[in-house]
Amino acid sequence: MSDLTRLDASETAASVAAGQVTAREVTSAHLDRVNQTDEQVHAFLHIDRNLALAAADAVDAARAAGEPLGPLAGVPLALKDVFTMRGAPTTCGSKILDGWRPPYDSTVVERLRQAGVVVLGKTNMDEFAMGSSTENSAFGVTHNPWDLQRIPGGSSGGSSAAVAARQAPLAIGTDTGGSIRQPAAVTGIVGVKPTYGAVSRYGLVAFSSSLDQGGPFARTVLDAALLHEVMAGHDPKDATSIDAPVPPVVAAARGELGGVDGLKVGVVSQLQGEGYEPGVQARFDEVVELLTSMGADVVEVSCPSFDYALPAYYLIAPSECSSNLARFDGMRYGLRAGDDGANGVEQVMAITRAEGFGPEVKRRIMLGTYALSAGYYDAYYGQAQKVRTLIRRDFEAAYRDVDVLLSPTTPTVAFPIGERADDPIAMYKADLATLPSSLYGGPAMSLPAGLGDEDLPVGVQLMAAVQRDEQVYRVGAALESALQERWGGPLLDRVPELVQGGAA
Amino acid sequence: MPALHRDDIAHLARLSRLQLTDAERDHYGEQLEVILAAVARVAEVAADDVPPTTHAVPVVNVTRPDVVVPCLPRGDVLSGAPAAEDDRFRVPRILDEEEQ
Amino acid sequence: MTTTSRDALMSFEDAIATFDPVMGLEVHVELNTHTKMFCGCPTAFGAAPNTQVCPVCLGLPGALPVVNEKAVESAIRIGLALGCSIAPWSRFARKNYFYPDMPKDFQTSQYDEPIAFDGALDIVVETDDGPQSITVGIERAHMEEDTGKISHLGGATGRIHGADYSLIDYNRAGVPLIEIVTKPIEVVPALAPAVARAYVTELRELIVALGVSDAHMHQGSMRVDANLSLKPRGRSEFGTRTETKNVNSIRSVERAVRFEIQRQAAVLSSGGTIVQETRHFHENDGSTTSGRVKEEAEDYRYFPEPDLTPVAPDEAWVEALRATLPESPLLKRARIRQEWGLSEHDMQSLINAGALDLVEQTVALGSDPADARKWWTGEIARISNERGLDVAVLPITPADVNRIIVLTSEGALNDKLARQVIEGVLAGEGGPDEVVASRGLAVVSDDGALMEAIDDALAAQPDIADKIRDGKVQAAGAIVGAVMKATSGKADAARVRELILERVTGV
Repeated sequence: MSDLTRLDASETAASVAAGQVTAREVTSAHLDRVNQTDEQVHAFLHIDRNLALAAADAVDAARAAGEPLGPLAGVPLALKDVFTMRGAPTTCGSKILDGWRPPYDSTVVERLRQAGVVVLGKTNMDEFAMGSSTENSAFGVTHNPWDLQRIPGGSSGGSSAAVAARQAPLAIGTDTGGSIRQPAAVTGIVGVKPTYGAVSRYGLVAFSSSLDQGGPFARTVLDAALLHEVMAGHDPKDATSIDAPVPPVVAAARGELGGVDGLKVGVVSQLQGEGYEPGVQARFDEVVELLTSMGADVVEVSCPSFDYALPAYYLIAPSECSSNLARFDGMRYGLRAGDDGANGVEQVMAITRAEGFGPEVKRRIMLGTYALSAGYYDAYYGQAQKVRTLIRRDFEAAYRDVDVLLSPTTPTVAFPIGERADDPIAMYKADLATLPSSLYGGPAMSLPAGLGDEDLPVGVQLMAAVQRDEQVYRVGAALESALQERWGGPLLDRVPELVQGGAA
Repeated sequence: MPALHRDDIAHLARLSRLQLTDAERDHYGEQLEVILAAVARVAEVAADDVPPTTHAVPVVNVTRPDVVVPCLPRGDVLSGAPAAEDDRFRVPRILDEEEQ
Repeated sequence: MTTTSRDALMSFEDAIATFDPVMGLEVHVELNTHTKMFCGCPTAFGAAPNTQVCPVCLGLPGALPVVNEKAVESAIRIGLALGCSIAPWSRFARKNYFYPDMPKDFQTSQYDEPIAFDGALDIVVETDDGPQSITVGIERAHMEEDTGKISHLGGATGRIHGADYSLIDYNRAGVPLIEIVTKPIEVVPALAPAVARAYVTELRELIVALGVSDAHMHQGSMRVDANLSLKPRGRSEFGTRTETKNVNSIRSVERAVRFEIQRQAAVLSSGGTIVQETRHFHENDGSTTSGRVKEEAEDYRYFPEPDLTPVAPDEAWVEALRATLPESPLLKRARIRQEWGLSEHDMQSLINAGALDLVEQTVALGSDPADARKWWTGEIARISNERGLDVAVLPITPADVNRIIVLTSEGALNDKLARQVIEGVLAGEGGPDEVVASRGLAVVSDDGALMEAIDDALAAQPDIADKIRDGKVQAAGAIVGAVMKATSGKADAARVRELILERVTGV
């Protein structure tokens, strides 16, 4: 094998299963790649070489013993530092959790372990998943491998950057308002937010409980589907986990459910045009034409309530976060500040939280506290939940007519680091197109659509009805293959080489 | 659109257990005012007869059987504690209320 | 303890002559489920600190709650037993406030959508004119979770004021609680304290009969908060109320209400105003002292708990649970009183001793009701008082008492020996037969041995025999006493008396 970091996850797993390469070799190659590139990218917050190699060795031993291997056994993965994992710290990108080592595994990590997926380490993120650029991490910014001066998206920017930089073929992120899809779009990879409840949230440190959802990053639609299948499934430890079979996402990604011929695709009027960069709009229009040429029946769909997705989201998510983040009070774990013997417990909590949380987290906690306060609840949180109903109704009406909905994933390509750092509203607009399906709860994928302004990646978003996750994979796989045919190879082949003198 | 005074921010900060300097209060006050102005738009939607949505997939009665599962070893329980004593979490003195 | 109240008090009689008290009682009952409300940790009382905790009840980042099915069942049964409507759809909410005994810094509780609402509990209050029936309205019964336990350390007093720091044990955090809230209770003013006591007593009986909680007030598995306000006679609007916490026994409920009536009356009559506050009850002197003053209304920022799904019990289940309800303690008492032919007073002392069920179980094993009552409300109740424990928690069972009664009626024990057997059983020496054997407590029934002791006693007090012969039969008591002493109480006193009379009079 010349360069193991260039293989897709499915290819890697096949090679390991066939004995052409060991999981240890694959893991070592990726750990080396991290060593070579992470000074520039800073995708990882924590790497434990020994832990990763031990997991790889377990896969090799299982194979040697003739035990059946899962479809992703031996494949390295970068895990967003928002999932708990024994033996490693979990920081959520926050100083308030610096050094905390959770005494339990998240369900996602348990499933990865059972599947033989090798976790390389924990990736950088906006503090407690609040942000769209990974600039809100307490542990430094992550750089976009396409242009190191730009953001890799957020909040799962460490995970998207790791996949784009070939540090890992797979990564896991979480998506509350677009935190998988937006980073995937701006780094030119595939990212999927499954239906809410598809992936267990047990061990996922909560930002906004009714919206948070874990999902895969990968370089191909098939890889994303394989990881989706490993992650998803009913978990009795999460009361909101869906107790039904996982939709046939892998079959869909393999084209076994058919292509796009005859499929009805809706283009959402509210999620294009004004506010969307010309380069983004151009790539999107090309995708629409391509789908038509492939036999899809593309129609325009109007979802008027989507205009209120942003205000509704920025009430619901902060409200839930203000409560979810209350527990970080310096009493039981993590940082404690101001405990000088004179300060009482209330002051110590307030000082700890002032020192431990960054500005965006503080803003959202106060915003949410305000929105839930007596006298404001009905006008803010209550009203936002009603808007959520209207958005759901718009989606349900649309899915009576079409199979999938289509929009650009983000209004712009990756913006320069620092550009929106102290302009919350400008930052929030990065999620304009991803928020509606978060509030609705349906599955959504971002797929590379080509390069836009400044030769930076543009993503197209595919959305489907709740529990119809296979639909986005079906359309995504067909589009991916048509686009790659047009480009003459994967988009990611055009990412600049990070290592001087490295293989082209 | 409600104007946020310094006192309002101080109140929010206290409810949120966040110690803020005066300068921070002013800064966050301005930002929150801008954000609130943007999100207050939800009020434009006529939704009196619309029920709220709390979850994507509405489910009821998800429960678990009343069966004991193993607890955490005490070493794990206290390993992350900023301070512990006598197998318990040690916290600063509690000023405002008597033990119930 | 430095809790002596300096509050001025008005005499109770003067207070109720001027003011009408309005009470609201909030009772928290810890369910006796095997596991906690939202996780599989055990709920056993008294475990070593922080050994019954997991990521969920410790509120660790990422952990999620799942509702205990049995707790919902218990909540519904309590609701039904209180005559409440059971909500076809209810939810949990988060009550947000920071406190270190609450691992998540919010309490998961039911807020505006309780599982049970709008019921009533009938109670009987003793008055000068005899027993009086009163119906207490039930506002709601809802599910929530308990907090951890804080110990205040350092400083001089070991109390919160002056403590240097605190230690927290989270074993209790997450134990299922049902909070039962009454509607405002307005009764004849003089009866208010007794009504509070009778309500809590009756509620406790009901909870125990349902088998959903141990309801031990001294262990905190049943806790009472008493809200009280006064309104000047003739006014209709309620006054400012105080909430008295820390009321740890049924008797204290009555004392706390009485104290607050007297205290508030004194404040109001001297032109003062009542501060809305939490007050703490002190067992030692029956006073209450000011706790936290609620300067501004608490803003708990309730919102529906997004990590849990709604509770929507279907009607068939609710009806099936209704069928499991035990006989209401009130009706049961009426029935038993009639069956056993007890006076109202006898019945009341039986209930006050907390021994009704125990007596009933003893009777069910074959004992005569009078005998069973005698032992449970006599010797055993005396020991439980001495030890400050409920009769029910003493290590003696209805089967033990039944056996003692059998042995006594067979003449194998007399009352004095029976008391020693009880003492032995309570000391953990085994069942009654084992105690009799190991302590050698059998009645001396050998007349020969008794005659010897009688002759000795008569010889020692020769004048007694003359008195008896002169017809002063009661003088035999002195000889009986001497014989009992000589036999270490193991003789049957009635038989001894017979033998003395035979010996002296030759009859």
